[in-house]
Amino acid sequence: MSATKEKYTEEQYLEVDQYQPKTGGGRIANYVDTRVGGTSIVREFGRKVFPDHWTFMFGEVALYSFVILILSGTFLTFWFDPSMATTRYSGSYAPLQGLEMSTAYATALELSFDVRGGLFMRQLHHWAALLFVAAMSIHMLRVFFTGAFRKPRELNWVVGASLLILGLGAGFTGYSLPDEVLSGNGLRIIDGMLKALPVVGTYISFFLFGGEFPGSEVIPRLYVMHIMVLPAMILLLIAIHLFLVVTHKHTQYPGPGRTERNVVGYPVGPVYAAKAGGFFFIVFGILALISGTFQINALWNYGPYDPSPVQAGAQPDWYIGPFEGVLRLMPGYLGDFSLEWVIPTPWGGNSLAMPVLIPMIPVALIFLGMFVWPWIESWITKDTKERHLLDRPRNAPTRTAFGVAIVTNYMIMWGMGSNDLIATHFQLSLNDITYWSRVLFFLGPVIAYILTKRICLSLQRKDRETALHGDEAGVIQVSADGGFSEKHRRLDDYELWTLVSYDSPEPTPAQPNAKGKITLLEKFRARLNRAFYEDRVAPVSREEYLEALEHDHHEPEELPASGVGAIESRDH
Amino acid sequence: MGEHGNGDPKDSGAVIKAGEGESGKYAIDNPGLPPHRPRLADESEKVAKGAERVVSVLFLLSIIGTVVFFVGYFAIGQTEGDLQLLRVQNTLLGVGVAFAMLGIGLGVVHWAKTLMPDHEMVEDRKPLRKETEREEAETIINDVLDESQIKRRPLLRNTMIGAALLAPLPFIVTLRDLDRSEDFGVERMRHSMWDEGVHLVRDPSGTRIRASDLTVGTAMHVIPENLRTISSHGERLSEKAKAVTLVMRMNPEDIETVSEGRENWSHDGIIACSKVCTHVGCPVALYERHTHHLLCPCHQSTFDAANEFKVVFGPAGRPLPQLPITVDEEGYLIARSDFTEPVGPTYWERGNTDPEGDYAS
Repeated sequence: MSATKEKYTEEQYLEVDQYQPKTGGGRIANYVDTRVGGTSIVREFGRKVFPDHWTFMFGEVALYSFVILILSGTFLTFWFDPSMATTRYSGSYAPLQGLEMSTAYATALELSFDVRGGLFMRQLHHWAALLFVAAMSIHMLRVFFTGAFRKPRELNWVVGASLLILGLGAGFTGYSLPDEVLSGNGLRIIDGMLKALPVVGTYISFFLFGGEFPGSEVIPRLYVMHIMVLPAMILLLIAIHLFLVVTHKHTQYPGPGRTERNVVGYPVGPVYAAKAGGFFFIVFGILALISGTFQINALWNYGPYDPSPVQAGAQPDWYIGPFEGVLRLMPGYLGDFSLEWVIPTPWGGNSLAMPVLIPMIPVALIFLGMFVWPWIESWITKDTKERHLLDRPRNAPTRTAFGVAIVTNYMIMWGMGSNDLIATHFQLSLNDITYWSRVLFFLGPVIAYILTKRICLSLQRKDRETALHGDEAGVIQVSADGGFSEKHRRLDDYELWTLVSYDSPEPTPAQPNAKGKITLLEKFRARLNRAFYEDRVAPVSREEYLEALEHDHHEPEELPASGVGAIESRDH
Repeated sequence: MGEHGNGDPKDSGAVIKAGEGESGKYAIDNPGLPPHRPRLADESEKVAKGAERVVSVLFLLSIIGTVVFFVGYFAIGQTEGDLQLLRVQNTLLGVGVAFAMLGIGLGVVHWAKTLMPDHEMVEDRKPLRKETEREEAETIINDVLDESQIKRRPLLRNTMIGAALLAPLPFIVTLRDLDRSEDFGVERMRHSMWDEGVHLVRDPSGTRIRASDLTVGTAMHVIPENLRTISSHGERLSEKAKAVTLVMRMNPEDIETVSEGRENWSHDGIIACSKVCTHVGCPVALYERHTHHLLCPCHQSTFDAANEFKVVFGPAGRPLPQLPITVDEEGYLIARSDFTEPVGPTYWERGNTDPEGDYAS
């Protein structure tokens, strides 16, 4: 193998020391270069081109909120002590003085009341966590609806999906740390869900809590996950995520000058670096503004954790909503028939808590489906090409409709997480909201699918219309015999290109395999493929376009209108 | 992408190279990047100077923001538990940092948008791999495998796989001691601190309750008197999480269902049940005296106290366990026994617990 390696000459080795820098900057650069080879980094990244679009910003927001989480979280660790040892609160918040509580809660209170800026940092940390998950979620939706997960980026999509799950984990473990009533009840729910898992659930709960719930072990364990294991994993995956973004180069929206072979955008130095770097400070500033003006998790109001009290109308952090909502959605009984089953066994029976287990299914399916979707889609479409140009969502109607259906389902679960607040705010019956949501849980996605698909196809038709006949120019003309009509303005080629340069494949029938047989699986694939591509609006073809141009020359009203009969609309 | 951003003054990017396979495919051919339109600041030094001033003002605002932070931090100082003062300090710190950060951020972005080059550049995508490179890599991998002889010696390979699969097991086994309790196992979940003759006491005062203290329509949560004997905070909470009980009094004639064997579980309309929801374990905290309904605020499971706490709404799949109670000779409420079934959320080993079974004794 060494035969394939490059050979270097003595001159090349000596050349390293010959360069004499003249400026100060040059000397620094030379120092770095002769030690770590910095020029290759500058050459690779200095003018690297990044496409720019406002929808590419969400991933950046997620990254920046993570940096802010690390910074504010480090500050919090200097004072917070995750111990469940009992202490009597003697800090400066009078209503809780003398109360028996865990050291974790006492130090969380100390951070809020007796460390200057501690409350601000706690709120910054909490708001940043909410934004972190929100930005990741929206970023994922952007990637999904524009088809950015397609080859060659499938693996990076999986990395992203893992980051979302890790983000949820980091969020929940952090939420549970202060050991007050609110977070304690959150842990109580987790304990109940763990126990519902068949065979292993009870023991997982024992090992997590170091015995029976709540015990005196769980907070330090969650703390290690929260400040070490999960952030380390997130950091590692972010590094892989960004490395892959650089390897693949960023996707870009279709448009004039943009092709599958090039990347059009701003160079890192200076424009992109300035915009992206400045944007970090903007995200930081907005989070600081929110943290300074909007109170979050006022944990001194809740009191130390005790299994007896609970607050009505308690809400989890927003991203836990769907998990909470689907639990609320599920009925425990169908009529008089309990869904809690006992399997008769020789040793007295085992219990299946179906009212807790069934709600885990849709959530698990959504997350599992998220991981495998790139492969499902390419299996259905048989699309094996590299895709660097994004889809406009309307140009992939079935994917867009499917995505919106899933989002609808998710949002119904999410809304149900606040069904009690919806009931009290809108003066509605809690029971009615729940009954209707059970119907909507199934019906909502179907309606959303049909509507979205129709809207996509209509938008595509509108694009065709615009491509063939141009925009409405806002100019009304009167013909010689008194008829009114609006003038149309033809698009220039730059505008036109975006509207016509998409693919709309026709369904492909089932293909025989190597032995010449059409398998059942292949028939199933072909059916899905037909469902995927059946409803299609073909882009304007060259013939149609030339015909439309031809048509222009025969229509007198399309000639430049001047003087008599033309009424310029002032509004346009 | 503003219109200004399009194109490069030197190279418009308009040339689409051959071999891109797009020619003739669509209604028109790719027209390339639109021509570049210079900004005002590109053409007039006066406008550029104005932009420079705006950016500097934003940077100055950032400096003012940092000063505001220091005012909030030092001038207000320690807030000594004064919530109003704490809010003011928090707002000053937040607004100060916000200005400090937004000033820099907005300044730099404005700088980039007005003064830095505003045209996009075109770069070729590198093919992810070259065919020759892949072949070379394949050769290297095959050579490495050959040299290791792993394919030729299956015994080596199989024993290595076996060893590698077993080796992590000790580290999983060491997690066993995550729960070191003496009473390890599921049996402990069947028992709580309630027992025959244990007094129902108020939480947290620990005072006993006379039957006559409870008027019709009242409900309160109680704990077993012996709970206070546990000194360890964690253990006490774990026991409390099983033992916490609701006791309520209604008109004896309002009680609709009393099943066989439960006739003496209540005292003169006073009934008691576990406060731990049978769904996932939240405290069932709300009592509606007119309907005799108990509601769990977490997931809204609703239980009917008049019908032995059966589920009337929500996700719970089982009634709340009832605690058999009576009064002692002085008229204080006491338990007749422990709960006759495990309280709280359902778990796999819970099984078919017979309420009249013998384990409660």
